[in-house]
Amino acid sequence: MTATLDAGTRRVTTAKAISEAIAQEMRSDPEVFVMGEDVGPYGGIFGSTGGLFEEFGSTRIIDTPISETGFIGAGIGAAVEGMRPVVELMFVDFFGVCFDQIYNHMAKIHYESGGNVKVPMVIMTAVGGGYSDAAQHSQCLWATFAHMPGMKVVAPSNPYDAKGLMISAIRDDSPVIFMFHKGVMGLPWMAKNPRSIGPVPEEEYTVPIGKAAIAHEGSDVTVVSVSISVQHCLDVAEELEGTTSVEVIDLRSIVPLDREAILTSVAKTGRLVIVDEDYKSFGLSGEIVATIADKDPSLLKKPVERVCYPDVPIPYARVLEYEALPTRDKIKAAIAKVTA
Amino acid sequence: MVDNDTRVDFFRQMARIRAYEAALQANYHADKTPQWDIGAGLIPGEMHLAAGQEPVAVGLCANLVQEDAITAPHRPHHLALAKGVDMKKMTAEIYGRDTGLCHGKGGHMHLFAPEQHFSCSGIIGQGMPVAVGQAMAFSRRGTDNVAVAVAGEGAANQGAFHEALNLASMWKLPVVFIIEDNGWAISVARDTATPIKDGSLRGSAYGMPSQRVEGNDVEAIYEACKTAVERARAGGGPTLLEIHTVRLWGHFEGDAQAYRGEELNEATESDPLPAYEKRLVSAGILTQEQADQIKTEVAAEVDEAIEFAKSSPEPKPADAYIHVFA
Ligand SMILES: Cc1ncc(C[n+]2csc(CCOP(=O)(O)OP(=O)(O)O)c2C)c(N)n1
Repeated sequence: MTATLDAGTRRVTTAKAISEAIAQEMRSDPEVFVMGEDVGPYGGIFGSTGGLFEEFGSTRIIDTPISETGFIGAGIGAAVEGMRPVVELMFVDFFGVCFDQIYNHMAKIHYESGGNVKVPMVIMTAVGGGYSDAAQHSQCLWATFAHMPGMKVVAPSNPYDAKGLMISAIRDDSPVIFMFHKGVMGLPWMAKNPRSIGPVPEEEYTVPIGKAAIAHEGSDVTVVSVSISVQHCLDVAEELEGTTSVEVIDLRSIVPLDREAILTSVAKTGRLVIVDEDYKSFGLSGEIVATIADKDPSLLKKPVERVCYPDVPIPYARVLEYEALPTRDKIKAAIAKVTA
Repeated sequence: MVDNDTRVDFFRQMARIRAYEAALQANYHADKTPQWDIGAGLIPGEMHLAAGQEPVAVGLCANLVQEDAITAPHRPHHLALAKGVDMKKMTAEIYGRDTGLCHGKGGHMHLFAPEQHFSCSGIIGQGMPVAVGQAMAFSRRGTDNVAVAVAGEGAANQGAFHEALNLASMWKLPVVFIIEDNGWAISVARDTATPIKDGSLRGSAYGMPSQRVEGNDVEAIYEACKTAVERARAGGGPTLLEIHTVRLWGHFEGDAQAYRGEELNEATESDPLPAYEKRLVSAGILTQEQADQIKTEVAAEVDEAIEFAKSSPEPKPADAYIHVFA
């Protein structure tokens, strides 16, 4: 746990926490700037750049044409020259039109150059579903990015972590993919868990990239999750208090993955549930299971339960989408199974 | 020259599309109160309506036959209706019902109607290469069908637009590229994203005939599309048309449009539908009673489609797992 700072009593949305982090870094570092679609007067489709245009103007908060390969590539160029761009890819699903810049350039330049060139840039992007935006606007895809070496990948579950992780991301000398789930942003126009609004200190602080948080301590079962699913896991853990003692681990970042935190908790509980809104196969949940299998499979007293998005594109109709999404009921059922 | 019967038909089709978009708008918002929630209600998710852009769809599709193809963007309803996609099935899809075009899997941005060779995509610009491939199939099979790729002016700054134009021209394929220039890409004004005023100039970079069509006038659009479609059918290769049009409403429903300012009033005043109605009535082509009658008829058809959708069954939850592979 790194939340050593007193969070205070001011409560803000995750969207506000992110834009505040960017504003504070922009005030202290003239090399930081933002570009992307609708990040200017609109303030970002999901509010990640709210108020920035009014303070910093069009030279530092830049609305781009719909040319993701162009402006993400331009972000790389500015970064190799020492600037610290924060580039928004409106929905992660749009990575398809610009992935070459991301994984063949942004992620590889430092390594290819034998460590001589740095690419200190942040790509922030909206992920996730649950509101019927269908197959091309609802994916999480963090494992897709995590699979390619050279990018750090973070996905906060609450406003406090979002601010601290964004400040860390901007200061990091490596490229960071900052994935905010639409459901954690605290948007006025989307159903949300109250956990999407929370205490956030006004001053600058960092949350280290690569350190998981024990979001809820427990001893019967370890539930590992990230991003919005952490909110569901916490709801379940609180509901089960008195019956089952659930330890919820909020990974906060997928790369680097805090394997130690997972192993330590599983060594304690012997039971593991993984909750992940990204696709099930070839992804985060499998990597977590592999981490235990590699280290010591005997840590587990029961087979692992994975509550993940099944290997199907995301359907539009609500009944279909919620059949597939990780929900509190499915998490409860998985906990019941491993603790039976 | 367009004859008077065609004019009346143009009016009817535009009125039909407008009635459809207006009804969807009303129904979309109806059950999202008191707290507006994008995921709530009988029609959840994003909703991009095409009010103001009817002249493009109607002027274009009057030149097409059922076997011709269209790839439409995220704002697809006007094009789907003008292309002859079944209104009931399309509405049921938008309501996420099993009777919908895609059994509730696709939704408003992913409408597929293979009989009408109609499809759309929510990823900007990415329908354009697909149209090139449909044209490839048509020409290799020796048919005289054409494929039309429709996208907004914002999409013309996407790599796929440029690659598609180059391929279509290189291979002399029967494609018509239509750019609907409504001046906006969400909150980004055309002037701040595209350095040239006349986007059709880009056609010359790929050696293809091109034209910008001003005025959002269904008859002028019809004529320009006619030339382009006839050229493609005759084996003359692709054409790029940039058609000036207007987005009367928000980018998506729920868009407060604060960024539009004064321009929004101008847009509202330039509504092509009452203007065309007035033109036909004052020219004596249509009486006011006939115009009103047409509006009543199309509204009834729309009501029926919405009723059909609402009374249709939802898909079974387990259907989420089928259709991953053919
Ligand atoms: C590749 C990609 N980038 C961004 C978006 C988000 N987006 C959806 S619609 C839109 C604006 C499109 O503008 P335009 O092409 O002019 O069409 P219009 O909405 O005006 O009809 C944007 C940026 C997207 N869907 N796909």
